[in-house]
Amino acid sequence: MPTDLAEGVLAGDRRAAARLITRIEDGDESIRPALARLHICGGKAHIIGITGTPGAGKSTLIHKLAKCWRKAKKTVGIIAVDPSSPFTGGALLGDRIRMQDIATDPGIFIRSMSSRGNSGGVARATADAVRVLDALGMDIVIVETVGAGQSEVAVMDIVQTVVVVVVPGLGDDIQAIKAGILEIGDIFVINKADRDGVEAAQRELEMMLEFDDSSRKGWRPQVVRTVATKSEGIEELIEKIEGHRDMMKKEGLLEESERRRCRREVLELLKHKAVLSLLAEYGPDDFDALVKAVAERKMHPHDAVERIMERKKG
Amino acid sequence: MPIRVLVAKPGLDGHDRGAKVVAKALRDAGMEVIYTGLRQTPKQIVEAAVQEDVDVIGLSCLSGAHMTLFPKVMELLRQKGIKDILVTGGGIIPAEDIAGLKKVGISEVFGPGTTSDQIIDFIRKNARKR
Repeated sequence: MPTDLAEGVLAGDRRAAARLITRIEDGDESIRPALARLHICGGKAHIIGITGTPGAGKSTLIHKLAKCWRKAKKTVGIIAVDPSSPFTGGALLGDRIRMQDIATDPGIFIRSMSSRGNSGGVARATADAVRVLDALGMDIVIVETVGAGQSEVAVMDIVQTVVVVVVPGLGDDIQAIKAGILEIGDIFVINKADRDGVEAAQRELEMMLEFDDSSRKGWRPQVVRTVATKSEGIEELIEKIEGHRDMMKKEGLLEESERRRCRREVLELLKHKAVLSLLAEYGPDDFDALVKAVAERKMHPHDAVERIMERKKG
Repeated sequence: MPIRVLVAKPGLDGHDRGAKVVAKALRDAGMEVIYTGLRQTPKQIVEAAVQEDVDVIGLSCLSGAHMTLFPKVMELLRQKGIKDILVTGGGIIPAEDIAGLKKVGISEVFGPGTTSDQIIDFIRKNARKR
């Protein structure tokens, strides 16, 4: 049955794709052969990450980008990741609100995902969800995340082109994104560019990019102004996004980025599995006792970890 | 594994306070709620339900057009061969319409005065198990 799902996806069955993504999110191990099949058949889509602070206009921008790409006869898959409540695990996923009129287009597939409380988990489920939409035949797969910290940097590890969306008048916000996101952004969008402060925002961004010496081969991060609600600047943004991919292809960087992403994914999975197996071996009661000892300040966390590792060796 | 629910407002009715209150209550009960906004066509609702692979669709209608719109949603689901999604209705729905809606496959109708817990309990008991 799981491999049937893979065949369904490869044949363009949208319900099979949707069902498979649910099972990925649920951590269902039985679908691994299906995912393996899709991985082998995949790798055709241009995978784009779009991140930025809440309210920057990411969903509206993606809506307009998708419409523009559809005019050029390209198919578009969209994965919108939203945070889940740390208390109840529930989530309210509202990204589709801004994408209503493209939702019935057979060349578009939109899926909302909750982060289910753990940032590594988002990356794991998202990477496989991207595989599904790639195998479904989408020319472009967009991953939308709320950019608020390190976890987004992790999600960005699964895409080829990173677009960071900011808005004018949030001087401190640009400060806040400086550390992590500035280094991973390939293209910076100043959305709502009809507002005051757009010049200052652009100046500030350009200046920080000037100082960024993480020296990416063959690519200087670009700044684009858009007014997504009025569809302004969308074509220019598409040019830059496609330009980034063309450059990666020409310079042989696509393979390099693919290797980097795969390396990261394998390491993440390994970490996850290794932790589970170590904990299973040590036993939950002994583990609780160990945590208690650390909490009572009888032992440093380092030594607790050492105990767990030692039992594995013995 | 959280239950996935699509909260949808079919038709031209412009009021979604109730739908939002329900969406928030379901979220707080640990469910993943996809809200698609106002003025959806039955086709948009069913397509969203497919892509999001939801377990439940909650339809809300205050405009009086529920006897047209709700059965249309059920009809489209049937056309796609979807039988395992629980569909509930809510809003301003006269008591005499409820039997008709249940006949076309709406599992339950929640009118004014329903508590959040009643809706949550019903969904937990009746949504498909993954």
